[in-house]
Amino acid sequence: MFSSFMTNAWTVATIVAVIAGVVGFFVVLRGAAFPAHAVPNGAFAGAAAANVWGFDPLVGLTVCAVLAALGIGTLGRRGRHDVATALALVMMLAVGAVFLGLSQEYEPAVYSLLFGEVLGVSSSELLPVAGLAVICLAAVSVLYRPLLLSSVASEMGEAKGLRSYWIDMAFLILLALATAMTVPVVGALLIFSLMIGPPAAARACTGRPGVAILLSVAIALVTVWSAIALSYLSNWPVGFFVGVTSALDYAAGRIWSRWSRSRDGDVSSPH
Amino acid sequence: MTDPPSAKVLEIDGLNVSLSGRRVLDQVSFSVGTGEFTGLIGTNGAGKTTLLRTVLGMQAHESGSIRLLGRPRSRRSHLIGYVPQKANLDPDLPMRARDLVGLGLDGHRLGVPVRTRQRNAAVEESLAAVGAESFAGARVGQLSGGEQQRVLIAHAIISRPRLLLLDEPLANLDLHSGQEIVSLLAGIATDQNVAVLLSAHEINPLLPVMDSVVYLANGQAASGTTEEVIKTEVLSALYGHHVDVISVHGRILVVAGHEGLDHLTMSHDEVAG
Amino acid sequence: MRWFIEPGFWSSAPVQVALAIGGASAVVSAVVGVFTVLRGQSFAGHALTDVSTAGGSGALLLGVSPIIGFVGLGIIGAGVMDAIGVRRLRGRDLATGIVLGASIGLAALILYLDSTSRATTGATQQILFGSIFTIQSSTVPVVVGFGVAALALVTTLYRPLLLSTAGPEMAAARGVPERLVGVLFMAAMAVAVGLSSLTVGAILSTALLIGPAAAAIRLTRRIGWSLALAAVLGVAACWVGVLLAYDSYYWTSAHRAVPVSFFIVSLVFCFYLASGLGVRTRRHAAGRRAGPDPGTPVPGAGAATRRQAGA
Repeated sequence: MFSSFMTNAWTVATIVAVIAGVVGFFVVLRGAAFPAHAVPNGAFAGAAAANVWGFDPLVGLTVCAVLAALGIGTLGRRGRHDVATALALVMMLAVGAVFLGLSQEYEPAVYSLLFGEVLGVSSSELLPVAGLAVICLAAVSVLYRPLLLSSVASEMGEAKGLRSYWIDMAFLILLALATAMTVPVVGALLIFSLMIGPPAAARACTGRPGVAILLSVAIALVTVWSAIALSYLSNWPVGFFVGVTSALDYAAGRIWSRWSRSRDGDVSSPH
Repeated sequence: MTDPPSAKVLEIDGLNVSLSGRRVLDQVSFSVGTGEFTGLIGTNGAGKTTLLRTVLGMQAHESGSIRLLGRPRSRRSHLIGYVPQKANLDPDLPMRARDLVGLGLDGHRLGVPVRTRQRNAAVEESLAAVGAESFAGARVGQLSGGEQQRVLIAHAIISRPRLLLLDEPLANLDLHSGQEIVSLLAGIATDQNVAVLLSAHEINPLLPVMDSVVYLANGQAASGTTEEVIKTEVLSALYGHHVDVISVHGRILVVAGHEGLDHLTMSHDEVAG
Repeated sequence: MRWFIEPGFWSSAPVQVALAIGGASAVVSAVVGVFTVLRGQSFAGHALTDVSTAGGSGALLLGVSPIIGFVGLGIIGAGVMDAIGVRRLRGRDLATGIVLGASIGLAALILYLDSTSRATTGATQQILFGSIFTIQSSTVPVVVGFGVAALALVTTLYRPLLLSTAGPEMAAARGVPERLVGVLFMAAMAVAVGLSSLTVGAILSTALLIGPAAAAIRLTRRIGWSLALAAVLGVAACWVGVLLAYDSYYWTSAHRAVPVSFFIVSLVFCFYLASGLGVRTRRHAAGRRAGPDPGTPVPGAGAATRRQAGA
């Protein structure tokens, strides 16, 4: 499991967990579970297009993820946000279906794109992935305070009007970058569960943002590492372990918060 | 169904309600007579909403009794109409004001509404009673705050309740609209012989029409006529520290005393007539 | 009309089945979808399509009838979502996401086991992007039956559902058992979504549930009209989409047909965009009366705390 050809997998997995833990904290804070699911699904169309026209899948993923994010943000401005997310999602999936029909993509390749592949990232891709990760983290540190403010006190954020819109767009694009780079390992369909399970569990344990982010990353690391290890040992897909473990993380968080609440007699809920 | 004139629509006796381990209502007792207009006065957090929700059966109480027309409160009581403080109506909701009012009649029954002549007439009557005819066909979510409130009142009274509960109806209205609503409600109370229990943190808008008042402070209540309750001795006892009740041109001011307990500065002052 | 409809369209059996099943799915989805959108449950509706699909692939693996898989797991998923979902909107979306993630993970495993045990290829694509043209006519009666059941449930719940959707506090005060109504509606949604996922695939299932309903809601002032218009739009998108997909076979010399899902989703998408224009025109023409303006830019990704999550 720890032989040289697996180092890529562990490295990328670590990067993925860090990004998912950090960005996921804000996903949970903002109640953006649906966009977190929709954007990587949209990214899938880009990978399919990349296969048809022979360019780097990572580029395709990133471009289409950003397109999905822009679509959700723009549509959501005028209408209901969850409707916008749903329609942007299906539109991109439908386009992806067209590309898929055009391409010569083999079934296993499609499968691994959707559900994750332990060896999904080659060493040549390591640098771009790391680069994207650095960009994401930089973006988070720049947007940290506005994101916290507009998530926690939306009325105060709204008072600034247009600025709130740009913050939300920025977050969606951040989400796009984060999911695009993590798709190859964890899969388009499951990266989002890494962005909600561990952070939700972290939030259940602590109310302080900084601590919650660190805890979220820690739980995400454990989740991804165990998923890769189990996948390697059983040959079962990584995505399965990620999805189930994230659900367990969430459940553990809920149980913990209920237990600590009953112990303290405090009824305030982190949800 | 006619009641003897002295019958009480609502009788609350020794009501105790706790939320999150904190006693919010403590041995609250009062009654509301048929067709009476009663103000439930108290500051924010005094327990007004809790009390209304308890009467409605949406909040459990530890002890004490609630009797409606002499009978203990049952789960689904159509004797009570309720107007919540904020309806949070979706602006896009494809429902006209008159449709929402219609649901006040049969919204709890299964199946699709059948628009009989009788039902339509009842809806029109209710709309007229609150003066909402001119915007009855508009999307209910796009009406102004005052218009929505009238629609909600129409929704609450269409089933001819004996008791109408309103949670802080004046809170988000300007003075003029507030006065209109108060007169409207007083008219409804008389015309339809329905008792009105209305919560507010300002007593003065209600003075012209109130038959009795229930004053909530520290979880305890004092009830009776305005003269009986809004007195220095009574309110000081309720608050647990000295307050002064001052009457200025027929309007009432309740001001905290000089003991330095600043967190309960009460100024029920009214700016203009 | 000959230039528009390629030869053999009306006589083709797969087309006839596609029109019938697609149309039926569209109607059921539209009716359920109107309430789904109004209740802010679009995520749950979409999540259930993926959950049902997982159930469908599980059924494949176990050799059980796919309907049981699609509808069965859908109902279970809906039940779990409801059970762990908290009252506030964000907690509910989180619960939905968790259930969705677990279901997709399960689907991943099932497809993997399926492909290794039976060496079938293309199962992933088939399940996820499933085609309306491959429905067997033998499933038609069952589909129709379940569809009727879902519609009957919604019709029965109509008034309490409408009232609790419009104003939960008013409904509670009137004695409507809100929680029960919510659960039953989720069940109806699970059945409707399970059916359409089975027949037209996961993508179209979501599109037909959300799109026509959202467009119709913006354009009508009465809920009855919304339901009718949503059904009309859904069926129109479906039928025209089937036609275009059939025609597309003849468009290029390579004789590769464009997936029907693309056409239907694009039409649904266009209807939704057009309804947005319709709203703006109506508002300019009517002259706004004093009131909350739904055109106010509401922040995007989840900063809203109100139940409707953005006007």
